[in-house]
Amino acid sequence: MSSLITVHILSWMIALPFIGMVALAFVHDRRWVLLTTLATTLINVGLALYLWMSFDLVENGLQFVERMEWMPTFGIQYAVGVDGISLLLVLLTTFLPPLCVLGSWDSITTRLKAFMMLILLVEGAMLVVFTALDAFLFFMMWEVTMVPMYFMIVLWGGPNRVAAGLKYVLYSLTGSLLLLIGILGLSLQAGTFDIQSMAEHSYSQNSEFWIFLALFLGFAIKLPMLPFHTWLPDAHSEAPTAGSVLLAGVLLKMGGYGLIRFCLPIFPEMAHSFAPVVLWLSVTAILYGGYMALAQTDLKRLVAYSSVSHMGFVTLGIFSFNNEGVEGAILQMVTHGLTTGAMFLIVGQLYDRTHSREIADYGGLQQRMPRFVAILSLFAVASFGLPTTSNFIGEFLILVGVSYENFVFVALAMGGIVLGAAYMLWMLQRVAFGQPRTEAASKLTDLNVREMLTVTPLAFAVVAIGVYPGPLLKAMDSSVTFVVERLAGF
Amino acid sequence: MLELFWLVPVIPFIGFLILTLTFGKLPQVYAGIIGAGSIGLSFLFALLAGSSFLAADITAYSQTLWTWISVGDLEVGFTFYLDGVSLVMMYVITGVGFLIHIYATGYMSGDPSFSRFFAYMNLFVSAMLILVLADNLVLLFMGWEGVGLCSYLLIGFWYTDPNNGYCARKAFVMTRVGDAFMAIGLFALFISTGTLNIQEAMFNAEAEWVVGSGIATAVTLLLLGGAVGKSAQLPLQTWLPDAMAGPTPISALIHAATMVTAGVYLISRTHVLYLLAPDVQYLVGVIGMITLLMAGFTALTQNDIKKVLAYSTVSQIGYMFLALGVGAWGSAIFHLMTHAFFKALLFLTAGSIILAMHHEQDIFKMGGLRKDLPWSHWLFLIGTVALVALPFTSGFWSKEEILASALEHHEGGYLLWLGGVAGAFMTALYSFRLYFLVFYGKKTHDGHEVMGWHLQGPLVVLAILALIGGYIHIPVEAVFPEVAEHHPSLFYQAIMIGLPMLGIYIAWLIFIKGKLDLNKLAGQGFGAKLHRFWYTQWGMDWLYDKVIVSPYVWLAEFNKSDVIDSFYNGSARVVRFCHDIMSETQTGQLRWYAISVAYGLLVLVTIGVLL
Repeated sequence: MSSLITVHILSWMIALPFIGMVALAFVHDRRWVLLTTLATTLINVGLALYLWMSFDLVENGLQFVERMEWMPTFGIQYAVGVDGISLLLVLLTTFLPPLCVLGSWDSITTRLKAFMMLILLVEGAMLVVFTALDAFLFFMMWEVTMVPMYFMIVLWGGPNRVAAGLKYVLYSLTGSLLLLIGILGLSLQAGTFDIQSMAEHSYSQNSEFWIFLALFLGFAIKLPMLPFHTWLPDAHSEAPTAGSVLLAGVLLKMGGYGLIRFCLPIFPEMAHSFAPVVLWLSVTAILYGGYMALAQTDLKRLVAYSSVSHMGFVTLGIFSFNNEGVEGAILQMVTHGLTTGAMFLIVGQLYDRTHSREIADYGGLQQRMPRFVAILSLFAVASFGLPTTSNFIGEFLILVGVSYENFVFVALAMGGIVLGAAYMLWMLQRVAFGQPRTEAASKLTDLNVREMLTVTPLAFAVVAIGVYPGPLLKAMDSSVTFVVERLAGF
Repeated sequence: MLELFWLVPVIPFIGFLILTLTFGKLPQVYAGIIGAGSIGLSFLFALLAGSSFLAADITAYSQTLWTWISVGDLEVGFTFYLDGVSLVMMYVITGVGFLIHIYATGYMSGDPSFSRFFAYMNLFVSAMLILVLADNLVLLFMGWEGVGLCSYLLIGFWYTDPNNGYCARKAFVMTRVGDAFMAIGLFALFISTGTLNIQEAMFNAEAEWVVGSGIATAVTLLLLGGAVGKSAQLPLQTWLPDAMAGPTPISALIHAATMVTAGVYLISRTHVLYLLAPDVQYLVGVIGMITLLMAGFTALTQNDIKKVLAYSTVSQIGYMFLALGVGAWGSAIFHLMTHAFFKALLFLTAGSIILAMHHEQDIFKMGGLRKDLPWSHWLFLIGTVALVALPFTSGFWSKEEILASALEHHEGGYLLWLGGVAGAFMTALYSFRLYFLVFYGKKTHDGHEVMGWHLQGPLVVLAILALIGGYIHIPVEAVFPEVAEHHPSLFYQAIMIGLPMLGIYIAWLIFIKGKLDLNKLAGQGFGAKLHRFWYTQWGMDWLYDKVIVSPYVWLAEFNKSDVIDSFYNGSARVVRFCHDIMSETQTGQLRWYAISVAYGLLVLVTIGVLL
């Protein structure tokens, strides 16, 4: 590849979705709109793979750094770069959009071009969030991600879309406001927007507490942590397939990423004093999410509550402050993006056929849709962490990490894993096995080639990571060690 | 050949991949060849690897394929470990598994999901092999969960009946409760010994743990939780009888010969830990004894041929647990092997009977079948005498070893021995009740033996093994601590041989001679209550349903709309309420505004004066 691209690879990756948006403005044919978007997102996958290949495993600092003055008066820069933690999330962020395009191929019938633009906008903004080295840049793009998601929900969503969209925006804005306060507090005290320099500054005892709290709550709402999770089931169930995939797949990860990027390295001491509360909330979320998922009758709500449970694992891992826990948490974020993304794609494929998300409207699909059931079963078992799937590796590492801290959490979290099996298998039973319960369910057709192409890359990734997670773990190892060492000794 | 032994679990997995990725498009003949052939090939490699292992005269051989997880202090390899115990397990799984696969090509022929069936079977064998060949507990856990998944898929194989799905889920979730305990135990072991490699962990534990200390007790108890779940022992045994909803070859392979014995394997694999926790070890024996008695009583009251065999499996695994409890590790593995022979034989023959009776499983609707089904009759009889442990059959040698070890166990062994011989009596009673009811008495239904080399061939091999399998020497001395030879006195030996005979005689009196009217006995008063109590396996299913399942479902239903959300919705409602009140004041009438301003001023002035 020419050096023009390789030197500025991150900027190219960020710019590409926006270039794609501009290109879309000149394309009118439906097919070409889809193909243009698909091509744009696929090129970005290629660039991301190149980034991964040329990533230096040994170095713990930032790589591919690009800096440019932006608003010098305020010391704000356009500064991007990746370390091992960002790298994994960048890979995830580029991996899902092409599948979203494939998943929306036939199901988005109105305003297709706008929808594709929004997908690209989310991708571009997310890439900045995960690579930004400047807190202002980070915050700005954090805000940008909210907009396309809101429009996806209210313009292409289900029957209750306006209320769900409003709830999403209200929650997000509250979180953003807290985050803004936190970031402004940081920059006022530290006199810089550079995230790394912020970590090197020492803050006064009093402001430390309030800034940490504001940041933490901002991230916790996005993640979402219990008890801020109630926007998630509504937003997920009303959003169109691609919206749910992006929301669950990448947007939630901003919360976990923020915790690791801001809360832990900047305020190691505060992180330690908050840890007991967070750990307890995490196991509560694991159990509560599983318990709520069992009662759901709507497929998407079920997956949404399972997300709450899985995100509980993420915070559990992050706040165990050791390599096992934090690496497990990051892997869990990636893996949750893959499996939950896949789950929403699969549910979307059913929804395209019958326009129903009710579990009770299905049954006996094995007969007519063996391929569909095979894929659904794979992701169902992945979702409750069966070994050989990537979810197992994530949860296992998190539990090892937290077992250094306190064994009670391990025992409680295991309870959540048992619940996971219960609700997923029950869902599987009611959807895939038994007899079809409605006329429509007995006449369905199996997945076609495009639909198989949408989900098989995810299936492959989930199993590949489950059997051989080495490359991903190695990629983040030195960066995580760097964060963990900052936390040691408090 | 030893270097190629990683192929043993891999070949069945390849079979699974081929069968899955063709999505049932493969003609049955080819699916059968791939399904059974892969296990045959795997057995061949197991034999080759095993013979070079034995010839090499080493205690253990391990082979690392790749590093699986490596973070911080944690290092888990995809490593296989072969020693005497895993060798025996490998032979049983691939050997008996191969025979059952061949049988299944006949039993399942014509089923529309033939290919899916063999895909799951191959996956199961692969996972089971990973379980027994794993050198660390994480890999073992992977196999452990894998066999659980296959068990789930195969119990619910005939998916159109929702009841099968229920049974499958029950099996999976109940064993997963045990698995959760086991996983916690695994973390505890890692924290205290710093490794998850089984041999290293045992070595470190032996060096660091005090006998009977808290950590030893905790870890072994937690691992025991996993073992009782998988091996259907008290109190997690209620799933196994329901697991009989799956096709009969599954019952033979998974729910008799291999998977359900995984708990026995786990405990004997980690026996050093149990030696460090003598109380827990004794508890293992007690659980085994109570389970074997309970299952024996329950087997006596069942009418479904497969359920009788299922409870008999629970009971026989109870013997293996009893053996583990008294430190007769080798005998437990020995009984595991002989049990695999005769119980696979019994289940498969039961399958043939069920085929011949057009899928009738109620033993009271059979009767007098020995003329119609000569093959099944003789094969079933061989299996039954081995199960009852009549002298010189395979079951006799292994069961006698266990009981003799119990007798000589220093503390509390005598109690276990008493339970064991009582169980042996029960075994004879329920086994011959089954045999007499099916093959003797009045003929009510016609049956025709379904013949075919793939049906009778494997059965004959299993019958031979059930008879003479007790003479096979298993190479486990290097693995377990040395045990002295047991020679119980003639008196005890007579009891151990005599009681089963007595059981057969009583069964003969009741079910052939009709000396005792059972319907009358079980139909009223105390007899009816007792019958009900036994039939429902001491009411445990009922108890679990009332104490755990129903309250849980109720709670989940109750909070379906998420109580936390009502807080947020409530705050929205409060805002709206205030908004409504405020907008009420916007009437647009000038006099209303004027009077408001006047009253407002009055209030403000009053406050100003008062303060």
